[in-house]
Amino acid sequence: MMQFLQNLGASTRTSFTKLGRATYFLIQTLAGIFSILIRPRLLMNQMFSVGVLSFLIITISGLFVGMVLGLQGFYILSDFGAEESLGIMVAASLVRELGPVVTALLFAGRAGSALTAEIGLMKATEQLSGMEMMAIDPIRRIITPRFLAGFLSMPLLAALFSAVGIIGGQLIGTGLLGVDDGAYWAQMQTQLDFYDDIINGVIKSVIFGFVTSWIALFEGYDAIPTSEGVSRATTRTVVNSAFSILGLDFILTALMFGDN
Amino acid sequence: MQHTATQDTLVGLFVASGIAGLFFLALQVSNLSSFGDKDTYTVTASFESSGGLKVKSAVSAAGVKIGKVTDIRFDPKTYQSVVSMAIESQYNTLPEDTTASIFTAGLLGEQYVNLEPGGSEAVLKNGGKIDLTQSAIILEKVIGQFLFKSAEEKAQGDKKE
Repeated sequence: MMQFLQNLGASTRTSFTKLGRATYFLIQTLAGIFSILIRPRLLMNQMFSVGVLSFLIITISGLFVGMVLGLQGFYILSDFGAEESLGIMVAASLVRELGPVVTALLFAGRAGSALTAEIGLMKATEQLSGMEMMAIDPIRRIITPRFLAGFLSMPLLAALFSAVGIIGGQLIGTGLLGVDDGAYWAQMQTQLDFYDDIINGVIKSVIFGFVTSWIALFEGYDAIPTSEGVSRATTRTVVNSAFSILGLDFILTALMFGDN
Repeated sequence: MQHTATQDTLVGLFVASGIAGLFFLALQVSNLSSFGDKDTYTVTASFESSGGLKVKSAVSAAGVKIGKVTDIRFDPKTYQSVVSMAIESQYNTLPEDTTASIFTAGLLGEQYVNLEPGGSEAVLKNGGKIDLTQSAIILEKVIGQFLFKSAEEKAQGDKKE
Protein backbone atom coordinates (compact mmCIF):
# COMPACT_ATOMS: atom_id res chain seq x y z
CA MET A 1 0.00 0.00 0.00
CA MET A 2 2.74 2.44 1.02
CA GLN A 3 4.65 1.45 -2.08
CA PHE A 4 1.61 2.22 -4.25
CA LEU A 5 1.10 5.65 -2.68
CA GLN A 6 4.77 6.45 -3.09
CA ASN A 7 4.65 5.49 -6.77
CA LEU A 8 1.51 7.53 -7.30
CA GLY A 9 3.07 10.58 -5.68
CA ALA A 10 6.28 10.17 -7.61
CA SER A 11 4.55 9.84 -10.98
CA THR A 12 2.29 12.83 -10.25
CA ARG A 13 5.32 14.88 -9.36
CA THR A 14 7.14 13.77 -12.51
CA SER A 15 4.25 14.76 -14.74
CA PHE A 16 3.94 18.19 -13.12
CA THR A 17 7.68 18.70 -13.45
CA LYS A 18 7.43 17.78 -17.10
CA LEU A 19 4.55 20.18 -17.66
CA GLY A 20 6.59 22.91 -16.00
CA ARG A 21 9.58 22.16 -18.22
CA ALA A 22 7.29 22.18 -21.26
CA THR A 23 5.92 25.60 -20.32
CA TYR A 24 9.40 27.00 -19.76
CA PHE A 25 10.43 25.54 -23.11
CA LEU A 26 7.44 27.20 -24.80
CA ILE A 27 8.27 30.59 -23.31
CA GLN A 28 11.88 30.28 -24.47
CA THR A 29 10.69 29.29 -27.93
CA LEU A 30 8.29 32.21 -28.19
CA ALA A 31 10.97 34.59 -26.94
CA GLY A 32 13.09 33.58 -29.92
CA ILE A 33 10.51 34.71 -32.48
CA PHE A 34 12.12 38.10 -33.05
CA SER A 35 15.41 36.51 -34.07
CA ILE A 36 13.51 34.89 -36.96
CA LEU A 37 13.07 38.35 -38.46
CA ILE A 38 16.85 38.59 -38.77
CA ARG A 39 17.18 35.13 -40.33
CA PRO A 40 14.02 34.40 -42.35
CA ARG A 41 15.94 31.69 -44.26
CA LEU A 42 15.63 29.33 -41.29
CA LEU A 43 11.87 29.68 -41.37
CA MET A 44 11.71 29.15 -45.14
CA ASN A 45 13.65 25.88 -44.87
CA GLN A 46 11.30 24.61 -42.20
CA MET A 47 8.19 25.73 -44.07
CA PHE A 48 9.48 23.52 -46.85
CA SER A 49 10.03 20.40 -44.77
CA VAL A 50 6.97 20.86 -42.52
CA GLY A 51 4.46 22.40 -44.91
CA VAL A 52 5.32 21.58 -48.48
CA LEU A 53 6.20 17.95 -47.78
CA SER A 54 2.87 17.47 -45.95
CA PHE A 55 0.99 18.95 -48.90
CA LEU A 56 0.48 15.71 -50.78
CA ILE A 57 -0.76 13.57 -47.89
CA ILE A 58 -3.16 16.31 -46.81
CA THR A 59 -4.69 16.90 -50.24
CA ILE A 60 -5.03 13.21 -51.06
CA SER A 61 -6.56 12.41 -47.66
CA GLY A 62 -8.88 15.41 -48.04
CA LEU A 63 -10.06 14.19 -51.40
CA PHE A 64 -10.83 10.71 -50.08
CA VAL A 65 -12.49 11.94 -46.89
CA GLY A 66 -14.71 14.21 -48.99
CA MET A 67 -15.58 11.39 -51.37
CA VAL A 68 -16.47 9.03 -48.50
CA LEU A 69 -18.63 11.75 -46.92
CA GLY A 70 -20.36 12.20 -50.25
CA LEU A 71 -21.12 8.49 -50.53
CA GLN A 72 -22.19 7.90 -46.93
CA GLY A 73 -24.13 11.12 -46.73
CA PHE A 74 -25.99 10.32 -49.92
CA TYR A 75 -27.11 6.89 -48.68
CA ILE A 76 -28.38 8.28 -45.38
CA LEU A 77 -29.98 11.42 -46.82
CA SER A 78 -31.70 9.60 -49.69
CA ASP A 79 -33.69 7.62 -47.09
CA PHE A 80 -35.33 10.91 -46.15
CA GLY A 81 -35.53 12.23 -49.69
CA ALA A 82 -33.10 14.99 -48.76
CA GLU A 83 -30.26 14.33 -51.22
CA GLU A 84 -30.12 18.05 -51.99
CA SER A 85 -28.73 18.62 -48.50
CA LEU A 86 -25.61 16.61 -49.37
CA GLY A 87 -23.61 19.79 -50.02
CA ILE A 88 -24.29 21.33 -46.65
CA MET A 89 -23.64 18.03 -44.88
CA VAL A 90 -20.26 17.50 -46.54
CA ALA A 91 -19.21 21.14 -46.19
CA ALA A 92 -20.30 21.62 -42.59
CA SER A 93 -18.65 18.45 -41.35
CA LEU A 94 -15.44 19.28 -43.20
CA VAL A 95 -15.19 22.95 -42.33
CA ARG A 96 -16.25 22.65 -38.70
CA GLU A 97 -14.73 19.35 -37.60
CA LEU A 98 -12.96 17.04 -40.00
CA GLY A 99 -10.83 19.65 -41.73
CA PRO A 100 -9.04 20.93 -38.63
CA VAL A 101 -9.02 17.63 -36.71
CA VAL A 102 -7.96 15.17 -39.40
CA THR A 103 -5.39 17.63 -40.73
CA ALA A 104 -3.96 18.01 -37.23
CA LEU A 105 -3.82 14.23 -36.71
CA LEU A 106 -2.13 13.69 -40.06
CA PHE A 107 0.17 16.61 -39.37
CA ALA A 108 1.18 15.10 -36.01
CA GLY A 109 1.91 11.79 -37.74
CA ARG A 110 3.68 13.20 -40.77
CA ALA A 111 5.49 16.31 -39.52
CA GLY A 112 5.32 16.05 -35.71
CA SER A 113 6.99 12.67 -35.49
CA ALA A 114 9.70 13.78 -37.93
CA LEU A 115 10.38 16.90 -35.83
CA THR A 116 10.67 14.87 -32.61
CA ALA A 117 13.00 12.34 -34.21
CA GLU A 118 15.14 15.08 -35.73
CA ILE A 119 15.52 17.06 -32.52
CA GLY A 120 15.94 13.90 -30.43
CA LEU A 121 18.74 12.67 -32.68
CA MET A 122 20.38 16.08 -32.63
CA LYS A 123 20.38 15.80 -28.86
CA ALA A 124 21.62 12.17 -28.89
CA THR A 125 24.48 13.04 -31.23
CA GLU A 126 25.28 16.08 -29.07
CA GLN A 127 24.71 18.59 -31.83
CA LEU A 128 22.64 20.74 -29.51
CA SER A 129 25.34 20.88 -26.83
CA GLY A 130 27.86 21.49 -29.62
CA MET A 131 25.91 24.58 -30.60
CA GLU A 132 25.86 25.79 -27.05
CA MET A 133 29.65 25.40 -26.94
CA MET A 134 29.84 27.72 -29.94
CA ALA A 135 27.58 30.19 -28.09
CA ILE A 136 24.65 29.58 -30.45
CA ASP A 137 21.30 29.28 -28.71
CA PRO A 138 19.87 25.96 -30.02
CA ILE A 139 16.35 27.06 -29.12
CA ARG A 140 16.52 30.13 -31.31
CA ARG A 141 18.43 28.46 -34.09
CA ILE A 142 16.68 25.08 -34.21
CA ILE A 143 13.43 25.09 -32.27
CA THR A 144 11.77 28.44 -32.96
CA PRO A 145 11.87 28.22 -36.79
CA ARG A 146 10.33 24.75 -36.64
CA PHE A 147 7.68 25.88 -34.20
CA LEU A 148 6.68 28.86 -36.34
CA ALA A 149 6.66 26.77 -39.49
CA GLY A 150 4.25 24.28 -37.91
CA PHE A 151 2.10 27.05 -36.50
CA LEU A 152 1.83 28.80 -39.88
CA SER A 153 1.43 25.68 -42.03
CA MET A 154 -1.42 24.13 -40.09
CA PRO A 155 -4.23 26.61 -41.00
CA LEU A 156 -3.16 26.57 -44.64
CA LEU A 157 -3.16 22.78 -44.73
CA ALA A 158 -6.54 22.59 -42.97
CA ALA A 159 -8.09 25.05 -45.43
CA LEU A 160 -6.71 23.00 -48.32
CA PHE A 161 -8.04 19.81 -46.76
CA SER A 162 -11.56 21.24 -46.46
CA ALA A 163 -11.51 22.77 -49.93
CA VAL A 164 -10.29 19.57 -51.59
CA GLY A 165 -12.76 17.52 -49.54
CA ILE A 166 -15.71 19.62 -50.65
CA ILE A 167 -14.64 19.19 -54.26
CA GLY A 168 -14.27 15.43 -53.65
CA GLY A 169 -17.79 15.30 -52.24
CA GLN A 170 -19.05 17.16 -55.27
CA LEU A 171 -17.29 14.75 -57.64
CA ILE A 172 -19.03 11.79 -56.03
CA GLY A 173 -22.34 13.48 -55.26
CA THR A 174 -23.04 15.22 -58.55
CA GLY A 175 -20.87 13.15 -60.84
CA LEU A 176 -21.66 9.64 -59.68
CA LEU A 177 -24.85 9.76 -57.64
CA GLY A 178 -26.77 12.37 -59.58
CA VAL A 179 -27.33 15.09 -56.96
CA ASP A 180 -28.11 18.40 -58.64
CA ASP A 181 -24.95 20.48 -58.95
CA GLY A 182 -26.71 23.75 -58.22
CA ALA A 183 -28.40 22.37 -55.11
CA TYR A 184 -25.07 21.05 -53.85
CA TRP A 185 -23.49 24.51 -53.84
CA ALA A 186 -26.61 26.57 -53.10
CA GLN A 187 -27.54 24.69 -49.91
CA MET A 188 -23.97 25.08 -48.74
CA GLN A 189 -23.90 28.79 -49.43
CA THR A 190 -27.19 29.54 -47.71
CA GLN A 191 -26.46 27.49 -44.61
CA LEU A 192 -22.77 28.06 -43.90
CA ASP A 193 -21.78 31.35 -42.37
CA PHE A 194 -18.38 32.85 -43.05
CA TYR A 195 -17.70 33.95 -39.48
CA ASP A 196 -19.50 31.22 -37.54
CA ASP A 197 -18.23 28.29 -39.53
CA ILE A 198 -15.16 29.10 -41.58
CA ILE A 199 -13.40 31.50 -39.23
CA ASN A 200 -14.08 29.17 -36.29
CA GLY A 201 -12.59 26.30 -38.28
CA VAL A 202 -9.49 28.38 -38.97
CA ILE A 203 -9.19 29.30 -35.28
CA LYS A 204 -9.35 25.61 -34.43
CA SER A 205 -6.59 24.72 -36.85
CA VAL A 206 -4.39 27.56 -35.54
CA ILE A 207 -4.75 26.22 -32.00
CA PHE A 208 -4.08 22.66 -33.12
CA GLY A 209 -1.00 23.80 -35.03
CA PHE A 210 0.31 25.55 -31.94
CA VAL A 211 -0.27 22.55 -29.66
CA THR A 212 1.02 19.91 -32.08
CA SER A 213 4.23 21.79 -32.83
CA TRP A 214 4.78 22.46 -29.14
CA ILE A 215 4.35 18.81 -28.17
CA ALA A 216 6.52 17.50 -31.03
CA LEU A 217 9.39 19.89 -30.35
CA PHE A 218 9.29 19.52 -26.60
CA GLU A 219 9.25 15.73 -26.73
CA GLY A 220 12.27 15.82 -29.01
CA TYR A 221 14.10 18.35 -26.86
CA ASP A 222 13.24 16.46 -23.69
CA ALA A 223 14.04 12.98 -25.07
CA ILE A 224 16.49 10.69 -23.31
CA PRO A 225 19.48 10.91 -25.65
CA THR A 226 19.64 7.26 -26.64
CA SER A 227 18.14 5.49 -29.64
CA GLU A 228 15.48 3.94 -27.39
CA GLY A 229 14.71 7.32 -25.81
CA VAL A 230 14.23 8.94 -29.20
CA SER A 231 11.92 6.15 -30.33
CA ARG A 232 9.85 6.51 -27.17
CA ALA A 233 9.69 10.27 -27.56
CA THR A 234 8.41 9.90 -31.13
CA THR A 235 5.67 7.56 -29.93
CA ARG A 236 4.74 9.98 -27.17
CA THR A 237 4.51 12.84 -29.68
CA VAL A 238 1.93 11.04 -31.77
CA VAL A 239 -0.07 9.76 -28.79
CA ASN A 240 -0.07 13.02 -26.84
CA SER A 241 -0.83 15.09 -29.93
CA ALA A 242 -3.81 12.90 -30.77
CA PHE A 243 -5.14 13.15 -27.22
CA SER A 244 -4.68 16.91 -27.03
CA ILE A 245 -6.22 17.50 -30.46
CA LEU A 246 -9.32 15.45 -29.76
CA GLY A 247 -9.77 16.79 -26.23
CA LEU A 248 -9.25 20.40 -27.30
CA ASP A 249 -11.60 19.88 -30.22
CA PHE A 250 -14.37 18.93 -27.85
CA ILE A 251 -13.80 22.02 -25.69
CA LEU A 252 -13.50 24.34 -28.68
CA THR A 253 -16.62 22.95 -30.31
CA ALA A 254 -18.58 23.39 -27.09
CA LEU A 255 -17.36 27.00 -26.89
CA MET A 256 -17.87 27.92 -30.55
CA PHE A 257 -21.02 26.10 -31.59
CA GLY A 258 -22.62 25.69 -28.17
CA ASP A 259 -25.25 28.42 -28.36
CA ASN A 260 -26.92 27.58 -31.64
CA MET B 1 19.94 21.95 -46.05
CA GLN B 2 20.63 23.65 -49.35
CA HIS B 3 18.89 26.94 -50.05
CA THR B 4 17.69 26.59 -53.57
CA ALA B 5 15.39 28.63 -55.74
CA THR B 6 13.24 25.55 -56.28
CA GLN B 7 12.61 25.28 -52.58
CA ASP B 8 11.52 28.91 -52.41
CA THR B 9 9.19 28.36 -55.33
CA LEU B 10 7.65 25.32 -53.66
CA VAL B 11 7.14 27.17 -50.37
CA GLY B 12 5.58 30.01 -52.33
CA LEU B 13 3.29 27.62 -54.17
CA PHE B 14 2.32 25.97 -50.90
CA VAL B 15 1.42 29.26 -49.22
CA ALA B 16 -0.43 30.44 -52.33
CA SER B 17 -2.47 27.25 -52.56
CA GLY B 18 -3.30 27.41 -48.86
CA ILE B 19 -4.55 30.97 -49.24
CA ALA B 20 -6.42 29.96 -52.40
CA GLY B 21 -8.09 27.21 -50.35
CA LEU B 22 -9.19 29.79 -47.77
CA PHE B 23 -10.56 32.04 -50.50
CA PHE B 24 -12.40 29.12 -52.01
CA LEU B 25 -14.02 28.38 -48.65
CA ALA B 26 -14.90 32.03 -48.13
CA LEU B 27 -16.34 32.70 -51.57
CA GLN B 28 -17.63 29.41 -52.89
CA VAL B 29 -18.70 27.58 -49.76
CA SER B 30 -19.99 30.24 -47.38
CA ASN B 31 -22.49 33.00 -47.93
CA LEU B 32 -19.86 35.73 -48.14
CA SER B 33 -20.15 35.90 -51.92
CA SER B 34 -23.83 36.80 -51.78
CA PHE B 35 -22.95 40.41 -50.89
CA GLY B 36 -23.77 42.52 -53.90
CA ASP B 37 -22.56 40.16 -56.58
CA LYS B 38 -25.61 40.85 -58.72
CA ASP B 39 -27.76 43.88 -59.48
CA THR B 40 -31.03 43.72 -57.62
CA TYR B 41 -34.13 45.82 -57.05
CA THR B 42 -36.23 45.82 -53.91
CA VAL B 43 -39.94 45.26 -53.57
CA THR B 44 -41.96 44.89 -50.38
CA ALA B 45 -45.04 42.90 -49.50
CA SER B 46 -47.20 42.90 -46.35
CA PHE B 47 -48.34 39.59 -44.96
CA GLU B 48 -50.82 38.79 -42.21
CA SER B 49 -48.16 36.45 -40.91
CA SER B 50 -44.75 35.64 -42.32
CA GLY B 51 -44.52 32.38 -40.38
CA GLY B 52 -41.06 30.87 -40.31
CA LEU B 53 -39.71 33.03 -43.12
CA LYS B 54 -36.18 34.24 -42.46
CA VAL B 55 -33.80 36.82 -43.88
CA LYS B 56 -31.92 35.16 -46.79
CA SER B 57 -34.89 32.89 -47.54
CA ALA B 58 -35.42 32.33 -51.25
CA VAL B 59 -37.81 34.30 -53.45
CA SER B 60 -38.88 32.26 -56.44
CA ALA B 61 -41.19 32.45 -59.39
CA ALA B 62 -42.38 29.33 -61.18
CA GLY B 63 -39.97 27.35 -59.04
CA VAL B 64 -36.86 29.30 -60.08
CA LYS B 65 -34.97 31.30 -57.48
CA ILE B 66 -34.95 34.95 -58.59
CA GLY B 67 -34.03 36.75 -55.38
CA LYS B 68 -33.94 36.63 -51.61
CA VAL B 69 -35.59 38.10 -48.54
CA THR B 70 -33.53 40.98 -47.18
CA ASP B 71 -35.62 42.21 -44.26
CA ILE B 72 -38.67 41.24 -42.22
CA ARG B 73 -40.27 43.88 -39.99
CA PHE B 74 -43.43 44.18 -37.95
CA ASP B 75 -45.52 47.18 -38.93
CA PRO B 76 -47.01 48.59 -35.68
CA LYS B 77 -49.79 50.45 -37.57
CA THR B 78 -51.25 47.70 -39.71
CA TYR B 79 -50.11 44.86 -37.41
CA GLN B 80 -48.70 43.13 -40.45
CA SER B 81 -45.34 41.71 -41.31
CA VAL B 82 -43.52 43.70 -43.97
CA VAL B 83 -41.14 41.57 -46.02
CA SER B 84 -38.53 43.25 -48.25
CA MET B 85 -37.20 41.22 -51.13
CA ALA B 86 -34.21 41.83 -53.38
CA ILE B 87 -34.97 40.53 -56.87
CA GLU B 88 -32.32 40.22 -59.55
CA SER B 89 -32.52 43.05 -62.08
CA GLN B 90 -32.69 40.70 -65.07
CA TYR B 91 -36.17 39.70 -63.92
CA ASN B 92 -37.70 43.19 -64.22
CA THR B 93 -40.87 42.22 -66.05
CA LEU B 94 -42.97 41.15 -63.06
CA PRO B 95 -46.43 42.78 -63.40
CA GLU B 96 -47.82 45.01 -60.65
CA ASP B 97 -50.58 42.58 -59.75
CA THR B 98 -48.17 39.80 -58.90
CA THR B 99 -49.31 37.64 -55.99
CA ALA B 100 -46.77 36.88 -53.24
CA SER B 101 -47.40 33.77 -51.15
CA ILE B 102 -45.33 32.10 -48.48
CA PHE B 103 -44.92 28.41 -49.18
CA THR B 104 -42.99 25.61 -47.54
CA ALA B 105 -40.57 23.50 -49.54
CA GLY B 106 -41.66 19.97 -48.77
CA LEU B 107 -43.55 19.07 -45.61
CA LEU B 108 -40.84 20.15 -43.17
CA GLY B 109 -38.64 22.21 -45.45
CA GLU B 110 -37.67 25.87 -45.41
CA GLN B 111 -40.24 28.54 -46.12
CA TYR B 112 -39.89 30.72 -49.20
CA VAL B 113 -41.77 33.46 -51.01
CA ASN B 114 -43.44 32.43 -54.25
CA LEU B 115 -44.33 35.13 -56.77
CA GLU B 116 -47.12 34.44 -59.21
CA PRO B 117 -47.32 37.00 -62.04
CA GLY B 118 -50.69 38.53 -62.84
CA GLY B 119 -51.90 40.04 -66.10
CA SER B 120 -51.21 43.74 -65.65
CA GLU B 121 -49.23 45.72 -68.24
CA ALA B 122 -47.39 47.83 -65.65
CA VAL B 123 -44.33 46.25 -64.07
CA LEU B 124 -42.97 46.38 -60.52
CA LYS B 125 -40.28 49.01 -60.02
CA ASN B 126 -37.58 49.40 -57.38
CA GLY B 127 -39.31 50.18 -54.06
CA GLY B 128 -42.60 48.87 -55.38
CA LYS B 129 -45.18 47.14 -53.23
CA ILE B 130 -46.96 43.87 -53.88
CA ASP B 131 -50.59 44.24 -52.75
CA LEU B 132 -51.87 40.73 -53.29
CA THR B 133 -50.42 38.47 -50.64
CA GLN B 134 -51.16 35.14 -49.08
CA SER B 135 -49.81 34.42 -45.60
CA ALA B 136 -47.75 31.52 -44.45
CA ILE B 137 -49.72 28.44 -43.57
CA ILE B 138 -49.22 27.69 -39.92
CA LEU B 139 -49.64 24.01 -39.33
CA GLU B 140 -51.01 24.34 -35.78
CA LYS B 141 -53.71 26.74 -36.98
CA VAL B 142 -54.78 24.40 -39.77
CA ILE B 143 -54.95 21.43 -37.40
CA GLY B 144 -56.87 23.56 -34.88
CA GLN B 145 -59.42 24.62 -37.50
CA PHE B 146 -59.79 21.07 -38.68
CA LEU B 147 -60.42 19.75 -35.18
CA PHE B 148 -62.88 22.57 -34.45
CA LYS B 149 -64.75 21.92 -37.68
CA SER B 150 -65.04 18.19 -37.15
CA ALA B 151 -66.24 18.74 -33.55
CA GLU B 152 -68.86 21.22 -34.84
CA GLU B 153 -70.10 18.79 -37.47
CA LYS B 154 -70.36 16.09 -34.87
CA ALA B 155 -72.41 18.37 -32.58
CA GLN B 156 -74.76 19.29 -35.43
CA GLY B 157 -75.17 15.65 -36.32
CA ASP B 158 -76.10 14.87 -32.70
CA LYS B 159 -78.77 17.63 -32.67
CA LYS B 160 -80.50 16.28 -35.77
CA GLU B 161 -80.98 12.83 -34.31
